[in-house]
Amino acid sequence: MSLDKATVKKVAGLARLAMNDEQLDRMAPQVSGIINWIEQLAEVNTDNVEPLSSVVDITLPLRKDEVNDGGYVEKVLANAPEATQGYFVVPKIVE
Amino acid sequence: MTELTSLTIAAALKGLEKGDFTAVELTQAHLDKMDKYRALNAFIVETPDLAKKQAQESDKRRASGTVGALEGIPLGIKDLFCTKGVQTTAASHILEGFIPQYESTVTSKLFEDGAIMLGKMNLDEFAMGSSNTTSYFGNVISPWKNKNKPDAQLVPGGSSGGSAAAVSAGMVMGATGTDTGGSIRQPAAFCGISGIKPTYGRCSRWGIVAFASSLDQAGTFARTVEDNAIMLRSMSGHDPKDSTSAKIAVPDFTKALTGDIRGKTVGIPKEYRVDGMPAEIEKLWQQGIDWIHASGAKTVEVSLPHTKYALATYYVIAPAEASSNLARYDGVRYGLRIPSENLRETYEKTRAEGFGDEVKRRIMIGTYVLSAGYYDAYYIKAQKVRRLIVNDFMNAFEKCDVLLTPTAPSGPFAIGENDDDPIKMYLNDVFTVPASLAGLPGMSVPAGLDADSLPLGLQIIGRPWDEETVFKVAGVIESLAQFTHRPA
Repeated sequence: MSLDKATVKKVAGLARLAMNDEQLDRMAPQVSGIINWIEQLAEVNTDNVEPLSSVVDITLPLRKDEVNDGGYVEKVLANAPEATQGYFVVPKIVE
Repeated sequence: MTELTSLTIAAALKGLEKGDFTAVELTQAHLDKMDKYRALNAFIVETPDLAKKQAQESDKRRASGTVGALEGIPLGIKDLFCTKGVQTTAASHILEGFIPQYESTVTSKLFEDGAIMLGKMNLDEFAMGSSNTTSYFGNVISPWKNKNKPDAQLVPGGSSGGSAAAVSAGMVMGATGTDTGGSIRQPAAFCGISGIKPTYGRCSRWGIVAFASSLDQAGTFARTVEDNAIMLRSMSGHDPKDSTSAKIAVPDFTKALTGDIRGKTVGIPKEYRVDGMPAEIEKLWQQGIDWIHASGAKTVEVSLPHTKYALATYYVIAPAEASSNLARYDGVRYGLRIPSENLRETYEKTRAEGFGDEVKRRIMIGTYVLSAGYYDAYYIKAQKVRRLIVNDFMNAFEKCDVLLTPTAPSGPFAIGENDDDPIKMYLNDVFTVPASLAGLPGMSVPAGLDADSLPLGLQIIGRPWDEETVFKVAGVIESLAQFTHRPA
C-alpha cells in the first residue's frame, strides 16, 4: 500500500514532527517504500501464533509500595530548558 | 616493551600488577593515541581530566591492595550510556548539552571495578544506523583503508562506530556498545575486532538511552575474545532498576576459554546462504566450518525458515518501540527547546529541529504501524512472526550448541555508499537482526580479510544465557584465524 502525502502529514502530526510541504514530499515516498517492503510479512502464516512482546520469560517483579527514591527537585530540573520555583515551564496552555 | 596501546586488557592487568607501568602511564599513552587519531571523530566528548583523576585514584587503590577486575584499564563509553556529570547525547542534537545527574548501571559497575573512562564514543543518532553516518556530531571514519581505493574514507559500521573505531585504532583498550539489531557485531566485524551482544537481560538497561526496549542490550568491544569476557563479566548482573534484567548468576566467562570444543555441535543455518552473497564471505564461512572440524567439533546444517522475514519484522517492532521511547523528547524536561507560541508547536518544532532524517523516518514508521487501523496488520503481525523466528532458533538448538554465520553480508564500504536507499542500508543487519529478535547472545570475531584488505567477521550465536559456549567457540576461531592485522 502506498501512503499519500495527506496520510504522511497526519502521521507527522501524530508524531509531533513539524514538516513543511517540501519535507513531506521527500518523506512520503521513503516511508511509503519502507511500508511496502514491510508488507511481505503478510505472506507468513501466523494462524494460531501468539504475538511475542518480550523474549524474557520473567514475571514482572513486585516490591513493597513505598517511597524508595526521589526528593531531589534540583537534579530533576537540572537539564530543563526553562524552570522556575521547582517546576518545568511550558508555554501557556489555558486561556 | 610492547607499546602500551597495543596491549590486551588481560596483558595490561598483568603489567599493572607487576608494576611494569602505572594506570596513569597507561592512560596517558591512550590519551596520546586519541590526539593522534582525533580526525576519525570517534569521540563526541573526550574526558582526559576525568581519566587522569581516575587513573591516579586507581594507582592509589592498587597500592593499598584494592584491585578491581578492570583496575586501571582505559575504556571508551558509547554516548548512549548516561554518565554522571558528563554530557550524554545519543549523538542527537535534541540531547545536546544534556548532563545526566546519575550514572547508568553498566558504567557504575565498570567504574566500581576500577575502569577509567577516556570519553564518550560517537554513534549513529539514537543508535539508528549501520554506518555511523547519522550522528549529529559528524561521521566516524574507520581507521582501516581499502588498499584498492586508499583515498576513500570508510565507515566503521554502526551504530557503535566510535567504540569500534577507537578500540581498533588503539585509542582505548575496550569499549561499551549497545546492540539492538547488530550495532555491536557489525561494527566489530568492520573494524577487525571482537564484540559481543549478550543475552537480552544479561546487562541492565537502566541509564541507557532507550531505542527499542525489547531489543536493546549492552555489550562489549575489545581486541581479543578474552578481553570481551573480562569486560562483560564486570558489566553483567541483575539490577532491580531494570525489570527485564535477569536474576541469573554471572559466571567468570574467561573460564570458558579452554580452547577445547571437542564434542560440540555447531549449526550452519542454510537460510543464511543468501542470494548475491559475495564469494569471499562464502569462503570465509567455509573456512570457519573447516576450523570447527579441525578442532574436533562437528557441524550440522540447520534450518531457520523464517530468516527472510526477520528484517521486515525488525523494521516494524524497532521503529514502533522507538516512536514510543522518543516521545519523551518534547523540549520540556531536558535537551533542546525551540520556543513557540503554544505547547503543540513547541513540541513539533523542537522535534523537527532536534531529530535527524533517519530518526524521523523511524518515528514515522513506528507511529504509522501503531496507529488505529494498522496496529493489527503491522505491529501484531510482526510480533507473531517474531515468535516464529524465536521458535526457529529453539528448534535449531535441539540439534546444535551454537550457530556459526558470517557477521555481515559485505565487507566495510565507503562513507556515503549506501545512503541513497534506507532499505539497502538496513540489509547490512540481515545476519545479526534474527538473533536480536530472539534475544540470543551473539559475538563477532575477526576471521579474515577481503580482496580490499579489509576485515571480515564470523558470528557465533548461542542459546539464551549460554555466553560461555559462545566465548568458547569464538576463542577457538580466534586462535585458528590468527587475525593479527591492524589498521595502518
